[in-house]
Amino acid sequence: MKAIAELIARRKRQDRWFALLGLACTLIGLVTLVVLLAGLIRDGHHRLFDPTFYSSFPSARAVRAGILSPLVGSLLLAFVTILMAVPLGVAAGVYLEEYAPRNAWTTLIEINIANLAGVPSIIFGLLALGALIYGLHMERSLLVGGITLALLILPIVIVTTREALRAIPQGIREAAYALGATKWQVVWHHLIPYSLGGIATGTIIAMSRALGESAPLMTIGALTFITFLPPAPLQKQPPFVNFQWLNSEFTAMPIQMFNWISRPQAQFSELAATAGVVLILMTLSLNAVAIVLRYRLRKRIKW
Amino acid sequence: MTSVPAAESTQSVPGTPMPGAGQSLPLFGSGRPRWGERAIEWLLFLAAFVSVVVTIGIVAILLWESSTFFRGVPLLEFFTGRVWAPTFEPPRFGILPLLCGTLVTTGVALLVALPIGSIVAVYMSEYAPFAVREFLKPTLELLSAIPTVVYGYFALVFVGPMLQRVFADMPGANMLSAGVVMGLMIIPYVSSLSEDAMRSVPMLLREGAYALGANRMITAFKVVYPAALSGIGSAYILGISRAIGETMIVAIAAGGQPNFTLDPRQPGLTITAYIVQVSMGDLPRGSVGYQSIFAAGLLLFVCTLGFNIVGYFLRKRFRESY
Amino acid sequence: MFRTKMIMRVLLAGLCGLVLFGCSQPAAPVAPSNDTVGRSGEAVEGNGLSSPLLESAALAKLSGKVRIDGSSSLFPVIEVAAEDFQTATRKAVDVPIAHAGTGGGFKRFVRGEIDLCNASRPISEAERASCKEAGIEFIELPVCFDALTIAVNPGNKLESITVEQLKKIWSPDSQGQVMKWSDVDPGWPDTPLRLFGAGSDSGTFDYFTEAIVGKARSSRTDYTGSEDDNALVQGIKGDPGALGYIPFAYYIENTKSVKALAVDWEKDEAGPVLPSLETVVQSQYNPLSRPLFIYVNRQSADRPEVKAFVEFLLVNAVKTVAEVKYMPLPANAYLMALDRFRELKVGSGFQGKPEVGVRIEDILAREPQ
Repeated sequence: MKAIAELIARRKRQDRWFALLGLACTLIGLVTLVVLLAGLIRDGHHRLFDPTFYSSFPSARAVRAGILSPLVGSLLLAFVTILMAVPLGVAAGVYLEEYAPRNAWTTLIEINIANLAGVPSIIFGLLALGALIYGLHMERSLLVGGITLALLILPIVIVTTREALRAIPQGIREAAYALGATKWQVVWHHLIPYSLGGIATGTIIAMSRALGESAPLMTIGALTFITFLPPAPLQKQPPFVNFQWLNSEFTAMPIQMFNWISRPQAQFSELAATAGVVLILMTLSLNAVAIVLRYRLRKRIKW
Repeated sequence: MTSVPAAESTQSVPGTPMPGAGQSLPLFGSGRPRWGERAIEWLLFLAAFVSVVVTIGIVAILLWESSTFFRGVPLLEFFTGRVWAPTFEPPRFGILPLLCGTLVTTGVALLVALPIGSIVAVYMSEYAPFAVREFLKPTLELLSAIPTVVYGYFALVFVGPMLQRVFADMPGANMLSAGVVMGLMIIPYVSSLSEDAMRSVPMLLREGAYALGANRMITAFKVVYPAALSGIGSAYILGISRAIGETMIVAIAAGGQPNFTLDPRQPGLTITAYIVQVSMGDLPRGSVGYQSIFAAGLLLFVCTLGFNIVGYFLRKRFRESY
Repeated sequence: MFRTKMIMRVLLAGLCGLVLFGCSQPAAPVAPSNDTVGRSGEAVEGNGLSSPLLESAALAKLSGKVRIDGSSSLFPVIEVAAEDFQTATRKAVDVPIAHAGTGGGFKRFVRGEIDLCNASRPISEAERASCKEAGIEFIELPVCFDALTIAVNPGNKLESITVEQLKKIWSPDSQGQVMKWSDVDPGWPDTPLRLFGAGSDSGTFDYFTEAIVGKARSSRTDYTGSEDDNALVQGIKGDPGALGYIPFAYYIENTKSVKALAVDWEKDEAGPVLPSLETVVQSQYNPLSRPLFIYVNRQSADRPEVKAFVEFLLVNAVKTVAEVKYMPLPANAYLMALDRFRELKVGSGFQGKPEVGVRIEDILAREPQ
């Protein structure tokens, strides 16, 4: 009996040590996060709450520099990327989950998607450089940047759609079929609405990653001295909407940060830190929205 | 779910024929003709096929530019040369230094991320109380949301000098600091996905182990971990892909010097950082230097492709269903 | 379910709203603040530099785009000039500037994609031939000097270095051979030599290798090369045995982190010279002071906005250049450059390669070919 009691005591101790180890490891991650954020905020808090920082263009003089064009550039880029990646990704996910037969084509497509998810982001930049800019002679524009980032996050959207669709119980589909719905009707009227939440979550997280990507944009040559905004899409004359802004040169937040960090004057390092804080706040708020959505979904939809 | 009373299920709408095998239903409500369904299916297939098109596009571009490159550069020199200097006079094209750089930084990153990530995953799925887990998981995921440019500067300005105090003779920009920071960035990828995989293992298996007198740690490593191996493998593979493909952290913090060495205390250059270095610089299209980025990119792509295919089949093999 | 839909509609609307808001920002001029007064067409301190094109009335009538690409070394100067120009024209003229590097810029210039090419070296023979083939004529104008500074760790006891010693350090044969300071000069300490310099795909690299080693692009390869000069400064600061070459602006902003060595060029018998505003303007800091140029597309020069910008740049060059810590040309050199531009004299005064140690006025005096 004593031997057993000793064994149990030893095992319990082991557990406690491991719990400590686990906590310590988790803390490593947290401490890194805190140190990073603290360092950034310490260096960059000076102009964080200054409204002119958000309404001025980047300038060669640190005092007057702001992030207007990179901020707008990043937002527009996000807009174009989502517009392209989400419909395509959802369609592909729906096909793979609902329609695809188990044959070699499907395996090929699945392997491709798994591979694209792991391809380094800079390869997409090379693709855009070679195929779009030099191949199709496109401008170094927002459109090309959007296409590059859309291709980058496409695999994530597809995987998220599939996971969201998989979570819907078969019973819903069968009930709809039983009432005479066609496959597409089932998808359009039932499956997509229920999975939109999961898709939105995944897209938001993918988008927050794309916002921080600078390598592929640098490869296609996003400019860094832009003191003008793309032309407005709304105009007074018919047809009241124009697409010139898609063809305009642009810059983005991480690129501007990188540019500022490379300058010799110390004030630009501070500005870069401020831009970094703004960028992190943007990605964090996107992530927070995604988390809240995910939580609400888990609560609300109980199959 | 409410159940349908059985008696009414066989009643049909009066006046409509019952559908026989192969007959299409008459239209009522908002139905569509059958051919619309086929068209939609084709459209969706095309959407899924885009991924294949993209891969083909990538391979085509890389091969196209590299073919011109390899006409001028002997394959033997490319694969066995120890000096990478395409833009110098005379140019040297040995890719081994870049491969060393990628290997060393990835190795250091994985040495940091895989153990820590796995332990964190085990802790969160087996030990942590609900409140702690719900708070820690999203917080750790925030680590992966930080732009890599920020990480690069963190490595150069903070981690580098810190490590210099441990290793006296080390230059400020070295592969060790870049690798360590890369590892820190990858921890959430590994831990989050592994934890998801472990949580989907049914409690039954754990309860069996507890009933036999195992503590949580033994259960975790001998029962849960092997059961979730397929998902954990995916997490590891994702982490490895992320490490191989990381660009900015290395470009900023590892020193820009191609170096044929496996010593992480030296500066080095990875394939990805080389491509970015060239894109930011001066190479006009058509020059050998410009083509060298496509040749390097091709090698990188082939490696990640092979790696991902192996991973895909391994995962399929180890997938367990309950 | 309804709530999720609502949330997402609100999000989407918010995103659209932000996008539209961003786009429809009127191209509001940054309120001209006091320190841009002085950048105008009036003569600056009576040195004769002025231009009727730069009267406010003339500037107000301009519109269009001036496309610029090229050297990242010259970028800081052109950036300040462009910003002031845009303020002066009340944002009616856009001046997007990229920095794909001197070679990349020339490629686009030859294709007619840009109006102005920034260059940290003279146009090469091959590029000249391409221009001729494409029917593009160019006007070569020097803008300022940059001094490449030999920087070492502040703890380094050395004060000066000769070009011969630099050549020994950097030449390709020294790769793997010259690894310690004592390998260069037996009297120097035994510390390991760690080198930093420009990335091998930049005009700076081309110039340094031409000036020191004697042949463009000929250099040892085992050094830390980077486009990001701040990274080089960090590297030199962190290593007692470091030696590197960086643009003067990065040295002067970081005098606590790096120390400059005086350079002694045997050919000019001036002894060791430290880089500074005076030594460069008076052509004493050799061979590492290099002129930076702009090449203007002759056809673009007919457009009023391009003409105004180039004249604006040259007239205000002294102040602009000083602001970014580069070195201006001597005053009469700007006069000569302005004359060359107004007379639309096409061609280059160089033979397709940099010339070390020649005065800029002499080069401007040559008939461009």
